[in-house]
Amino acid sequence: MLRYLPLAAMLFASSAFAQEEVALKPGPDLDAVTTSCATCHTLNYIRMNSSFLTLDAWKAEVSKMREAYGAPIDDQTAAAITRYLSANYAAPPKS
Amino acid sequence: MKRRDMLAGLGGSVVAARAAHAADQSVWLSPQLPEGTRDVIRLETLPGKQPLIRLADRPPNYEAPISAFRTPVTPNEQFFVRYHLASIPAIDALGTWSLTVGGEAAERQITLRLEELQSGFEQVEVAAVCQCSGNRRGLSSPHVAGVEWGYGAMGCATWRGPRLRDVLAKVGAKADAIEVWFDGADGPVLATTPDFHKSLPIHKAMADEVIIATTMNGGKLPHLNGYPARVVVPGWTATYWMKHVTSIQVSRKPLDSFWMQKAYRVPAGMFAVDRPFPTQDNATTWPITDIVVNSLVADPIDGTRQPVDGFTVQGVAWDRGHGIRQVEVSLDGGETWKPADLGKDLGPFAFRAFTLRTGKLAPGKYAIASRATNNAGETQAAKLKFNPAGYHNNVPQQVAVTAA
Ligand code: HEC
Repeated sequence: MLRYLPLAAMLFASSAFAQEEVALKPGPDLDAVTTSCATCHTLNYIRMNSSFLTLDAWKAEVSKMREAYGAPIDDQTAAAITRYLSANYAAPPKS
Repeated sequence: MKRRDMLAGLGGSVVAARAAHAADQSVWLSPQLPEGTRDVIRLETLPGKQPLIRLADRPPNYEAPISAFRTPVTPNEQFFVRYHLASIPAIDALGTWSLTVGGEAAERQITLRLEELQSGFEQVEVAAVCQCSGNRRGLSSPHVAGVEWGYGAMGCATWRGPRLRDVLAKVGAKADAIEVWFDGADGPVLATTPDFHKSLPIHKAMADEVIIATTMNGGKLPHLNGYPARVVVPGWTATYWMKHVTSIQVSRKPLDSFWMQKAYRVPAGMFAVDRPFPTQDNATTWPITDIVVNSLVADPIDGTRQPVDGFTVQGVAWDRGHGIRQVEVSLDGGETWKPADLGKDLGPFAFRAFTLRTGKLAPGKYAIASRATNNAGETQAAKLKFNPAGYHNNVPQQVAVTAA
């Protein structure tokens, strides 16, 4: 719908600002994250919420995105995303 | 551990056009924020705004630097920006905006244009604090997931527009109405995400202070603060202050929305409220409603050096509408407290400015804190009342300075 011009286009198109590239750490399964997690919001939500979520907490976040917010992500992709997040943005395991 | 963490304003490509200006600016970030949050934060200037602290650009989530709270009225250009969902109508599209008012528990339905809101009803003014429920979430210990706000997801403005009650009178709310439901023009990127819908209990919707604001501090509402009209719910957190409001429905059912029933909840009974929200309460959680009594030291800034001749501690205090009775300031981390001078009373829902002039000081380190008490006798919590969404943190902020 025309009324809902995406904000990014609206705010940045005619200004001097360029949208910043969000750099997530390189690593296995990064693709799954960049394909599935940037539709509704910046990938910076991931960095912003690091590094304090545990593996289980990241798993719960990915479930929340699917179940509460309707992210179209299949089980296999969700597992890959959780692996990536826990390897790169999770709280260090407690010993 | 370094107490002080200054983010020098912006380099890089993002704000090349404003870099000269931004280079003079530096902004204090709490050392309590998560490490990842401190990494992503940038100082950035949105159209029509002064530089704000960017937590996210899509959807836009920007907070004011602490220096914005040296005055009890927050300028529109420094007012924080908060969205959940990233489809936001462009300002031009909002030119054809209209507001539909009706619902199953109303006698009739009407559609109002901006001019009608401004000329068809008595216009009232209220000075009120608009504070994000998640303000200070980033300081929660332990940290909890969400937008990791510091101290600046709040502001106080003078809002003007018709009372919600008067607008509802035009559609005739029926006796069995229990809630009023709100929707705004912004929406989700994917249709599978619940749209942001909120409701108020009928008693709050009918309260004297609740208005549909069409101006803010005497000017238009800034685009990202809800242009052309937003609901203003003094005393309650900003989640109810629907921006770009397009629909108001009087209902005889509780609103079944993710944003009421799953998000924005606090443990039942943990925080003081004036009246329950019975149609949305359950045995274990309540919707977040009333703002807790709180204060903020806006100056000096943590980590700075101050003259031994003395300096002024200044900031703002606020609560859910009882009004501020007293603000105390400590220079020794809360061992001893002195009453501060209160500024002009702008109304019970507004920021109340406070100042305390220190005397001459021995050289050394001082741990400044402020503590507000409202007219209901409630004081800021000494210890964090931890809750899973990180709401209502009113633990006195610690500001360390060195007198030299
Ligand atoms: C269908 C839309 C959608 C998709 C796709 C999506 N999210 Fe979200 N996400 C949201 C919404 C809505 C919020 C809540 C925004 C708010 O409260 O401001 C959110 C918030 C978050 C947050 C902040 C913490 C919280 O729980 O509020 C994190 C972290 C996050 N998302 C990570 C992810 C990851 C990882 C993915 C990929 C698996 C993802 N998101 C995909 C919609 C989505």
